Amino acid sequence: MSHAQRREEPDVAVVGGGVVGASIAWGLARKGTRVAVLDEGDTAFRASRGNFALVWVQSKGLGMAEYAAWTKRSAEAWPRLAAELKQETGIDVAHQQPGGFMLCLSDAEMQARIDATKRLHNQPDMVKYPYEILDHAETKRRLPAIGKDVVGSIYCPLDGHVNSLRLFRALHVAMSQGGVDYRPNHPVEAIAAEQGGFNVRGPWGELRSGKIVLAAGLGNARLAPMLGLKAPVKPSKGQIIVTEKVAHFLHNPVVTVRQTDEGGVMVGDSQEDLGFDTAVRNPVVSVMAERAIRMFPLLAGLNVVRTWSALRVMSPDGFPIYDQSQSFPGAFVATCHSGVTLAANHVLALAPLIREGALPPEFQPFSARRLHVPSAA
Amino acid sequence: MFRRLHDVEGKPVTFTVDGRSATARAGDTVSAALLANGVEVCRTTPVSGAPRAPYCMMGVCFECLVTIDGNGNRQGCLIAIEEGMLVETQKGARAVAVDGRAGAGA
Repeated sequence: MSHAQRREEPDVAVVGGGVVGASIAWGLARKGTRVAVLDEGDTAFRASRGNFALVWVQSKGLGMAEYAAWTKRSAEAWPRLAAELKQETGIDVAHQQPGGFMLCLSDAEMQARIDATKRLHNQPDMVKYPYEILDHAETKRRLPAIGKDVVGSIYCPLDGHVNSLRLFRALHVAMSQGGVDYRPNHPVEAIAAEQGGFNVRGPWGELRSGKIVLAAGLGNARLAPMLGLKAPVKPSKGQIIVTEKVAHFLHNPVVTVRQTDEGGVMVGDSQEDLGFDTAVRNPVVSVMAERAIRMFPLLAGLNVVRTWSALRVMSPDGFPIYDQSQSFPGAFVATCHSGVTLAANHVLALAPLIREGALPPEFQPFSARRLHVPSAA
Repeated sequence: MFRRLHDVEGKPVTFTVDGRSATARAGDTVSAALLANGVEVCRTTPVSGAPRAPYCMMGVCFECLVTIDGNGNRQGCLIAIEEGMLVETQKGARAVAVDGRAGAGA
């Protein structure tokens, strides 16, 4: 396809070129849809560059069983996504699914975890998947590097991890090879529904498209109301520590500690509601490091090479929002804080539905209408 | 590749590199001592296995990593050589000890 042809009106405009937007855009393009991606560029908050890179199932979906099922489905589709990305781009995203652990450092923590896990699995319509509650000895047998302070753990064989920077790169290479018209430095200011399509405007000019998908992360909160949609997402700050690369001693991801394919150890999973603040703060990082060292004492001898923070994209109840506009058919919003875990679903399941033009009834639980509860008088 | 300047003084210091005895001068950094002894590859990288040697000699580039007295990933260019020091070149990722046992090298 020539450059001039690509600049013609696309079938679908995707707003946002992070992991979520790129997954949807590639998913559409590989079905033959003409896609343009309008991406803010390097000034974007870009959780895709700061995330912890888990493909995580256990513990998700308490309060919305459909989210647990959606997550499990994506984790199961991940081997296919990784294989297809490798085939398409030659990039190995280092996807591994050896099962993951949540380690507990006190009896109270362990009991709280067990209770939460049981509540999750006791929900009506909860999807079935295996998990194990392990004491110290059994956890130690499986993870020899744990320290004496680890009381026990919960293990789920579906959990895994990936090199998320390579995932991000692979999706962009795949988009490019799939003919997606990727436009960096294209922040979107206004979107208007026009007859049979949408008009998207920014400082760069304007673009007409047949359909539109909002995948702009935290930007969706501002953009969604322009299309009769709602996406009241807010930032949730997470800080991450990464150590020097060392020989592999940890072969399974732990929800707050994982050793990457290249050998660095990431420590993460803090959560703070501080608006758009992305500064690294020592008190939180110290607590993270202290807990990680109690879990794996050998970490005390490693050099830290970087710390950073990034912003999760959080809805009020923590679950994803997938919605289609009632007033403007052809307008969709997709937002979640687990763009890595859900990438397989976004490429393989969500994009084809958007191409067809409508989300089926199974997606109703993910509609933002669930959040429209009138406040009591 | 490297020859010492004639006007730099320093008492001889004996150390070990990869099990061989070697001599440096007091005041040498570990990296300088290795280069003066003809050790031009101090490590291979953990990801690609490519050979590496000290580059910036001032603590910035992290290419000079070696194992010193059993501790891996030490910056040779920032540490002064000492009598009896055990220096090892590194193959791949730094080994770590799990549960008291020696960690496997890469």
